[in-house]
Amino acid sequence: MTTQEQAHWSDRDFPEAAKELLQDSQIRSNVRHATNVIQAKRNNVVGELSDWQQLRDAGAAIRAHSLAHLHFYLAQFEEACTRAGGQVHWARDSAEANRIILGLIQKHDAKEVIKIKTMTSEEIGLNQNLEANGIHPIETDLAELIIQLGHDKPSHFVVPALHKNRQEVREIFKREMNLPDLGERPEDLASAARTYLREKYLRVKVAVSGANFLIAENGAVCIVESEGNGRMCLTLPDVLISLVGIEKVLPKYRDMEVFLQTLPRSATGERMNPYNSIWTGVHEGDGPKEFHVVLLDNRRSPILGDAESRQTLQCIRCAACLNVCPVYHQTGGHAYESVYAGPIGAILTPQLHSMTEGRSLPYASSLCGACYEVCPVKINIPEVLIHLRGKIVEEDQKTFSGKFGMWNMGMQAAAFLFASSSRLSLAQHLGQIGQKLVVSQNGVIERLPSMLSGWTQTRDLMPLPDQTFRDWWAQRKPSADHGIVKEESDVE
Amino acid sequence: MRVSLFITCYNDTLFPETGKSVVRVLERLGHTVEFRAGQTCCGQMHWNTGYLNEAVPILRHFVEVYRDAETIVVPSSSCVSMMRDHYLKAAESVGDMRLAADVQALLPRIYEFTEFLVKKLGVEDVGATYPHKVTFHTSCHSERSLHLGDIPIRLLKQVRGLQLLKLENPQECCGFGGTFSIKNADVSSAMLADKVRTVLNTGAEVCTAVDNSCLMHLYGSLHRQRTFVRTAHIAEILASTAGDRA
Repeated sequence: MTTQEQAHWSDRDFPEAAKELLQDSQIRSNVRHATNVIQAKRNNVVGELSDWQQLRDAGAAIRAHSLAHLHFYLAQFEEACTRAGGQVHWARDSAEANRIILGLIQKHDAKEVIKIKTMTSEEIGLNQNLEANGIHPIETDLAELIIQLGHDKPSHFVVPALHKNRQEVREIFKREMNLPDLGERPEDLASAARTYLREKYLRVKVAVSGANFLIAENGAVCIVESEGNGRMCLTLPDVLISLVGIEKVLPKYRDMEVFLQTLPRSATGERMNPYNSIWTGVHEGDGPKEFHVVLLDNRRSPILGDAESRQTLQCIRCAACLNVCPVYHQTGGHAYESVYAGPIGAILTPQLHSMTEGRSLPYASSLCGACYEVCPVKINIPEVLIHLRGKIVEEDQKTFSGKFGMWNMGMQAAAFLFASSSRLSLAQHLGQIGQKLVVSQNGVIERLPSMLSGWTQTRDLMPLPDQTFRDWWAQRKPSADHGIVKEESDVE
Repeated sequence: MRVSLFITCYNDTLFPETGKSVVRVLERLGHTVEFRAGQTCCGQMHWNTGYLNEAVPILRHFVEVYRDAETIVVPSSSCVSMMRDHYLKAAESVGDMRLAADVQALLPRIYEFTEFLVKKLGVEDVGATYPHKVTFHTSCHSERSLHLGDIPIRLLKQVRGLQLLKLENPQECCGFGGTFSIKNADVSSAMLADKVRTVLNTGAEVCTAVDNSCLMHLYGSLHRQRTFVRTAHIAEILASTAGDRA
């Protein structure tokens, strides 16, 4: 058995990683094509629901309520799941989750596990940890299989191999499955994957999954998927281990009414998912004989404690915000250097690292608001982005380099000018004179110094006109016959 | 009606023609325009970049200047969205309940320029003539914060001589995003390239919008690429009359 060495996330910041990805025309074209297709489907099936906005409101309310009473619903879930024959484990962080899962697999002497697509397992680096301990994880989701066989990393948490096109997938399968004559039709590729995976389903005795939802009142776990690989993993093995973030709990079974409408429409543009699995505990002669739920905190609790950004945890991982994001369109997911890419990744990732990593991500947005508009649980992502920027600025201002850096100095100077119109006016006049140093012969600014040079690498800047509006106004109506020219009412 | 113009800091400094045009349109419609010389900035740049503590005095200054204004008109949807979406929160974040109350009292009297014409005045034909091929870029804040919908388009459709050409993906961001265009200059430029391509595809002579920030960004690339497409704030189009030099 060969090990499947996975690619690792680097600690490059977003602008640097993005710059590299912007050079990759193949990835950009794949990302553009895929997001356009998904978005068109999404808009189509969302548009046919007259109560879409009400469903968003309901989804947001249910998720906010669950988070506000999370301790209660998690305890209720544990009680109900245990009563149904499941075993619930609590993991404070990735290390603890990895230890629990490894222990369970080793208890059954398993050397292989089959996996259903679980981004939470990517979050804790489960595959790498299992490999290091001599256990081979086999991804069964088609996209995750492509990622694993291609020694790649996911770029989208619903469609992890979105950055690969069909020809690239064919090359990976030809090489890794030893199929030199593999065709390139979708059915050829699906058939190759099916043959490859069927044998694993029938042989491997332990499965690892994530979950879309936990249901507190009856201890049920829900997974929605498109390929049926999930159903195989959930029913065929003897042992099923589900790794789930603590935020995924819903109070009641009937809450699914909302999410089984909004999630598939937002995620894949389908009215409902082809496979909706909801299971409760273990049952004699049916499904796994042993069922474990590992509840993962991994720095989710501190997010709950922040009233401004708690809404981040309302996320149901539909990825609609990625598909609609103009930044994601340009770079794809790898630029975020995180399992969670796109707008939601830009707010979730730094918080999952207590703002010690991913600090460039809250700035990886033009704040255009498209993400908030499509979010089925109404997470105001731009608002949270600004909140996180505020935290970063405040922390930076406590350091010497942050306090005396160009950004802070510039912003302090601007704030000083905006406190008074006479200061602003003076600065405008100085700018009109001073700009002579940077205005080119053709009358525009083609090159700016230092941190402003980013603007002029692709863009000209028009020079300041000779007269500001306020000067024009003052000159136009000295007698103030049409309006009142108010006295300075500055707050100094 | 007595209309108080909040010109915004960058229109004041970079786009005085936009302000003059707003004055011209409003006076043509029989309204009195006042300009409060104490005005500076709405605080958006500081707020959106994360300088939240620095933004609060700026918005406090704005509230002080306009506290007793009857109606405030702003030729920038992003500045109005700063006020509507963030002012109250900003005031509350520093625990200044008096400021919060002032903000709440002031907000209903603040209008974006085209919103003021159509929603408040009920005017769509402002008597403009502009014999050019024009395409309209829907700025992010006008669409997703102010929900202006087809308000600017309705105004443009009444302009004599104007041929309106449809832009592909009109509501996709141009990539400006304030300091985003500097902090993430490469991604911003890539977004701009897409937007400029759609503008050029229309065959328009002029690209317009309700925000000069997007237009400044678009101009930057249109000029760098030596195209002949100009940018003009919608107020400048609505101010134009048959007697103007085209």
